[in-house]
Amino acid sequence: MSLIKLVLRELFQRSNQLFTSLLAITLGIAVIVGIKNITVYSEKAVSGELDALGANILILPKSASVQNYYSADFQEENIPENYIKALVGSDIKGIDNLSPKLSIPVDIGGYKATLTGILPKNEFKSKAVWQSTLGVFSRPEGCGVQACIPGVTDSVKALARKRVINDLSPNSVLAGADIAGMLKVQEGDSLTVLGSRFLVEAVLPMSGTVDDSRLFAHLHTVQRLTGKDSLLNAIEIVGCCSAISGGLIQKINRLLPDAKVVTIRQIVQTQLNTTLLMKKLSLIMLIIIILVGGAGIANYMFANVHERRREIGILMAMGAIPSFIVRMFLLKGVIIGVAGGVIGYVAGTIMAVVLGPQLAGVPVKPMLSLAFYGISLSIIISLLASIIPAYKATRVDPSIIMQED
Amino acid sequence: MLTLTNIGKRFKKKHGAVDAVHGLTMSVEKGEFISITGPSGSGKSTLLLMLGGMTTPTSGTVKWNDCSLYDMTPTERAAWRETTVGFIFQAFNLIPYLNVRENVGLALNLTGNHPADAEKRIDAILEKVGLTDRQDHLPNELSIGQQQRVALARALVKAPTLILADEPTGNLDRDTAAEVLTILKELNRDGKTVILITHDPSIAQMAKRTIRIVEGRIKQVNS
Repeated sequence: MSLIKLVLRELFQRSNQLFTSLLAITLGIAVIVGIKNITVYSEKAVSGELDALGANILILPKSASVQNYYSADFQEENIPENYIKALVGSDIKGIDNLSPKLSIPVDIGGYKATLTGILPKNEFKSKAVWQSTLGVFSRPEGCGVQACIPGVTDSVKALARKRVINDLSPNSVLAGADIAGMLKVQEGDSLTVLGSRFLVEAVLPMSGTVDDSRLFAHLHTVQRLTGKDSLLNAIEIVGCCSAISGGLIQKINRLLPDAKVVTIRQIVQTQLNTTLLMKKLSLIMLIIIILVGGAGIANYMFANVHERRREIGILMAMGAIPSFIVRMFLLKGVIIGVAGGVIGYVAGTIMAVVLGPQLAGVPVKPMLSLAFYGISLSIIISLLASIIPAYKATRVDPSIIMQED
Repeated sequence: MLTLTNIGKRFKKKHGAVDAVHGLTMSVEKGEFISITGPSGSGKSTLLLMLGGMTTPTSGTVKWNDCSLYDMTPTERAAWRETTVGFIFQAFNLIPYLNVRENVGLALNLTGNHPADAEKRIDAILEKVGLTDRQDHLPNELSIGQQQRVALARALVKAPTLILADEPTGNLDRDTAAEVLTILKELNRDGKTVILITHDPSIAQMAKRTIRIVEGRIKQVNS
């Protein structure tokens, strides 16, 4: 009879005790797997939402004041355009999109407006609202969720529009919804700005931001009109949320020490706080599991050794070496650990999938990687809890075998 | 074959030390049948455990041929027990969750050196003790006599040269006790050394030598 068969027989012989010892470790693993599973999906959801917001990092001149994040690019000071090259050429990961901007105040028929020079393709990639309504760009790569554009297909008209906006000509502008309304211009109309005539290529959808009151022309056109060749007011970056949490701002700061790098601090901070809270909660749970689960198993093992003193004695009388006795109890610990880990993983996953949407408001899917985590943790706790009882088993007084029942 | 020189065993208790065995010296020759008698608490069981390499004496030496048992490592001593000693107890000490065949076979499996003829040996010993038809039964499904025969089979399946029996008939009825004693006598006739602890003078008389122990000391030896 193999050692494992001997251990399994004994385990099932005393299944009631096995159940109670398993309960603590199983519940512990279930809770920790459940929390971890919900945390991961919650983080993903927050990260996705933050990414979908569009640009979340701004690179500005060092002296820039940042009273309003969304109009922070409207600065007197400038930054060099070669910052773009520096960013693109760096090994910094987590930058989904870069959109350089140069904004200047303009007077159009008595109305005060802002003309912003953009690289159209990059700008569209950073603006979820523009993508979804115009249906001409989606975000093809990076960390952000792909913009969902229901019902939009690459029709001939859409393709043509995409090409036009992608290559916004030197004489074309895009008009924000508010400014278009004030100037009473529509797609195809003409406008005179800074003495040059522009065709309104498209009226942008209402975004609820300062973009609604702006005119957008190609960056190089605005640079030429203002005499600010190779200069920018700001660079908007779509940074992956996870990368921001991982220190993206600091990395950009190190790369561009003469610039000011700001982010939507509040949102990122909330994300960081949530992540930190869940991590702390997981750590507290982990400590509780180790203490409660480990104590439960150790208690069971001590009781089991005491109950089986006679059996241990007879095994030793038959020639079992001390290491055989130790292995017998450690193997039992491993089996309990595996069982607790597997059952705990399944229970924790079911708990996360069922309760995740109610507790965190996010859909949660099973994560197979947590099976390895849960089972390993359970085995380690169970093994550690079995070491002293196993050693104690080798010290059983052999005279027990001489006593009557 | 087995030589005990001035061995003693002291147990530390809450209210001081207790000497279970005092400076006991004796030798056992190969093929002998010795009975050890004495009142309860006289040190008989402690002596048997020391003879079987299970309890380290506080003083003195126990030698098997020329090897000092307690100078061996625990692993070496366990290997010696596995190949040399067969224990039989009053309380049977069967593993409750293993059936008869598994209980008997367990003795052949403890070091992983599973003999090639293990199954044949188990079959033979079960036939010898008359339990072939009960080999799939658990201990609690057997009568007291049958349980002791399983314990006997377990001790003998390894073909040990030294059999240490502690009151093996203490829980048995007269007929079953006679069966067990018959087997022990047969084993002795086959050249096995048997050391038997008993309270019963009639059983003690079966041995070629009887040693009476009182308060851890040899009081009387009858040959």
